[in-house]
Amino acid sequence: MMFAPAPFLLKDASVSQVMTQVCLALIPGIAAYAWLVGPAILVQLVIASLTAVAAEAAMLKLRGKPLAMFLSDGSAIVTAWLIALTFPPLAPWWLVVTGTLFAIVIAKHLYGGLGQNPFNPAMVAFAACIVSFPALMSQWPSVGLQMPLLDQLNVILGLAPRVDALSGATPLDAMKTALKLGEGQIDIAHLLANQDIYGNFAGRGWEWVAAGYLLGGLWLWRRKLVTWHAPVAFLAAMVLVSGALWLYQPASFASPLFHLLSGGTMLGAFFIITDPVSGCTTPRGKLIFGFSAGLLAYIIRVFGGYPDGVAFAVLLMNLSAPLIDQLTQPRIFGMKGRQS
Amino acid sequence: MLNKLFKFYGGVKPPSNKTLSNALPIVQAPLPSRLVVPLHQSIGGMPRPVVQAGERVLKGQLIGQADGWLSAAVHAPTSGTVLEVAMHVRPHVSGLDSLCVVIEPDGQDEWIAHGPPDIATMSPADICNYLQQHGVVGLGGAGFPTHGKLTATPAVPMAELIINAAECEPYITCDDLLMRERADDIVRGIAVFRDMLKPQSVIIGVEDNKPEAIAAMRAAVDAQNEAFSVVAVPTLYPAGGAKQLIRVLTGKEVPGSMRSTADMGVQVFNVGTAYAAWRAIGHGEPLISRIVTLTGNVRQAHNVEALIGTPMNELLQLAQPHPDTDGIIMGGPMMGFLVPNESAPIVKTSNCLIAHSERLFPPKAPEMPCIRCGACARACPHELQPFELYWHARAKDFGKTQQYNIFDCIECGCCSFVCPSRIPLVQYFRFAKSEIWAREREKKAADEAKTRFEFKQFREEREKTEKAEKLAKAAAAQAAKKAAEAAAAAAAAGDAGDAPVADKAPDVAVDPAQAAKKAAIEAAMARAKAQREAAQVKNTDDLTPEQAKAMADIEARRQQAGIAEPATTTETKPE
Repeated sequence: MMFAPAPFLLKDASVSQVMTQVCLALIPGIAAYAWLVGPAILVQLVIASLTAVAAEAAMLKLRGKPLAMFLSDGSAIVTAWLIALTFPPLAPWWLVVTGTLFAIVIAKHLYGGLGQNPFNPAMVAFAACIVSFPALMSQWPSVGLQMPLLDQLNVILGLAPRVDALSGATPLDAMKTALKLGEGQIDIAHLLANQDIYGNFAGRGWEWVAAGYLLGGLWLWRRKLVTWHAPVAFLAAMVLVSGALWLYQPASFASPLFHLLSGGTMLGAFFIITDPVSGCTTPRGKLIFGFSAGLLAYIIRVFGGYPDGVAFAVLLMNLSAPLIDQLTQPRIFGMKGRQS
Repeated sequence: MLNKLFKFYGGVKPPSNKTLSNALPIVQAPLPSRLVVPLHQSIGGMPRPVVQAGERVLKGQLIGQADGWLSAAVHAPTSGTVLEVAMHVRPHVSGLDSLCVVIEPDGQDEWIAHGPPDIATMSPADICNYLQQHGVVGLGGAGFPTHGKLTATPAVPMAELIINAAECEPYITCDDLLMRERADDIVRGIAVFRDMLKPQSVIIGVEDNKPEAIAAMRAAVDAQNEAFSVVAVPTLYPAGGAKQLIRVLTGKEVPGSMRSTADMGVQVFNVGTAYAAWRAIGHGEPLISRIVTLTGNVRQAHNVEALIGTPMNELLQLAQPHPDTDGIIMGGPMMGFLVPNESAPIVKTSNCLIAHSERLFPPKAPEMPCIRCGACARACPHELQPFELYWHARAKDFGKTQQYNIFDCIECGCCSFVCPSRIPLVQYFRFAKSEIWAREREKKAADEAKTRFEFKQFREEREKTEKAEKLAKAAAAQAAKKAAEAAAAAAAAGDAGDAPVADKAPDVAVDPAQAAKKAAIEAAMARAKAQREAAQVKNTDDLTPEQAKAMADIEARRQQAGIAEPATTTETKPE
């Protein structure tokens, strides 16, 4: 006699469907990235994906888990893509490989694999690499860099010298450095007039990449794969704190728009702080998680020593997520307004 | 009358598949070759059999007497001969046997003398008793004896009487067809309930995917000039859950863990129950048949009126199942179960039989780890956090599952339905619940055993003391007697002045109380000695390493607790 528990009807849903949709949602951002910043990102995506799948397979084998079932869940690809998208596009291949290995082997499988990691693996990879290789992690292609794909490939593979053109910075970093160097003499309006690097709002090209992420994120929300709580709270915190400081001293603090569209803000808001495994799960918990992460990200990126603060902000909040969840359990049906 | 509708949280929209079986009228199922009528068909006491093997019974004759207040009678579904009263498999997920009356129909379907009672002369208590004697129980699922819900709580006035005709489970259409075809009797049944409970309003809730049933019910309500509102509720599983329907129709929230809704001024009956109640009160017929949907992997899905006790596999043949049918689901596809034995009979709560096949219900993909996506929490109509419950149930941390309100889970299956990791969440919750129940039973048994043991100790102690007192008294009496004899002898000897014996007498004739005390002290010392000996380590040679370690651990804990000498602890142990 067979035994199968109810329900016998199941919705057509699977982990791989979830992961595939997250990857699809990243595509507008990736397209803008490849078009406006350089096709090297596509190479990095491939390198990271191959590394992630290989590392995943090896770890599954070591742990005696069914290979096909877990390899096809697509979670390693999502991690790989987030790593490629947060690392400098012309970083040497081994840097991306190191980061990906660190994410899959240490941040994911040593903690128990899919669903068990307390920290976002991609953010662990970013943090580990920026601490270990700060110079390489801060080298972004100079604006307007015209370089054929083959040359970009050679740079990534270490076959061509890492020329000066590569040692630029992100607009966010550039602004911070400029403000620090010009202490009191340079103001933001002046800097923004330099259209070469800052583009229309927040950095040439990058603002459209951020818009791409926003588009993909809204699609994820429409598909009900993420709820509005964490992204809205994250962006709100970013706008509130940057807006307050900007109004107070517009010469030294960039506008909320600049902060929304630069660095990892949009990617973080929709694709990183929404990671259900390492984030909060209750509605109020997600609000607290998102708001705190936004606040921390701003503080770290503006007052800290690193080019951006999203990764560290997320890791710090990952630490607090279990406690926040426990303290924000929603009232259940029939128990609202009752003493429990 | 326009009712404001409320929403409940969560819920899912599985494909309803109701059109399979709602196109054809209800058909009377033919008499089966054999009827197996389980005595235990409702919540509460197990009815006692009142017939014996070989006896001829008539249709509607009592075969099982209700046992206690929360129990309902069972009747012969047709006339025939009782073959045996024995253990047979019952339609339950456990596949366990229960006591059944097996009847071989004689084909005459001969009724016992019956007719409607004179309801005007009956008190509410009489009606309750009448319904119990006619075996009327809830036909919606749990089989709660109907009379048990008709006794109003005096503390809370009844605001709403709700008739649950939502029928939210996919595939099932028995209530739909019942309303389409027999709305008049249903409305009369509802009127009986109304007269007994005296609610402020009566609301009949039907999911809006049954327009024909809604129209039929409205027509019947109008024809009988009743003030019942027939309300179309949005189709969203599980809108037919009693507590969800209460929420939708009244806005009241009854917690899942709260048993009785009457405390909130609401009472809910299934539409089929109202019909069965009227068959009993309006026609004098006990509950011996019900409408069953036959559907799923069959050629001709439809509804039949089947006798209680008809074997499921025999009944399903009426719908001509396809050859690849590999099982029967009793109930709906969300909360039903595959019957472990297909020859099990249908009972009062069997609303639907679904022919199961892998084509219709493909085997589930293997279970993946939980990714905490929260889809289950967004689907849970009781606003629980199923993934947290799963986490703790899996870790067998049952205290935590209770902290996360596991007993508010109604096992509707919404969480399992949406889970992308294909985790059979409801199974985990059932497991946790049954473990908690088992542990509570064990704890209760252990507590009782402890009480018994303590009382035994107390009694033995008391007997010992009494015996010692008795002995001491006897000894004292003996001594007093001796002393008296000696005194008498002395007096007889005539020595008046010198009386050494008389001087000594008070010493011998000790106060009886003192003697008892002495005896008790001696007994206590003897016990203490025995205990000391028992507590003495008898053999510390040839210990296994585990034993040695355990001893060392105990020693360490003792030292930590500031208890130096093991002997003192045993000696000072309170008796």
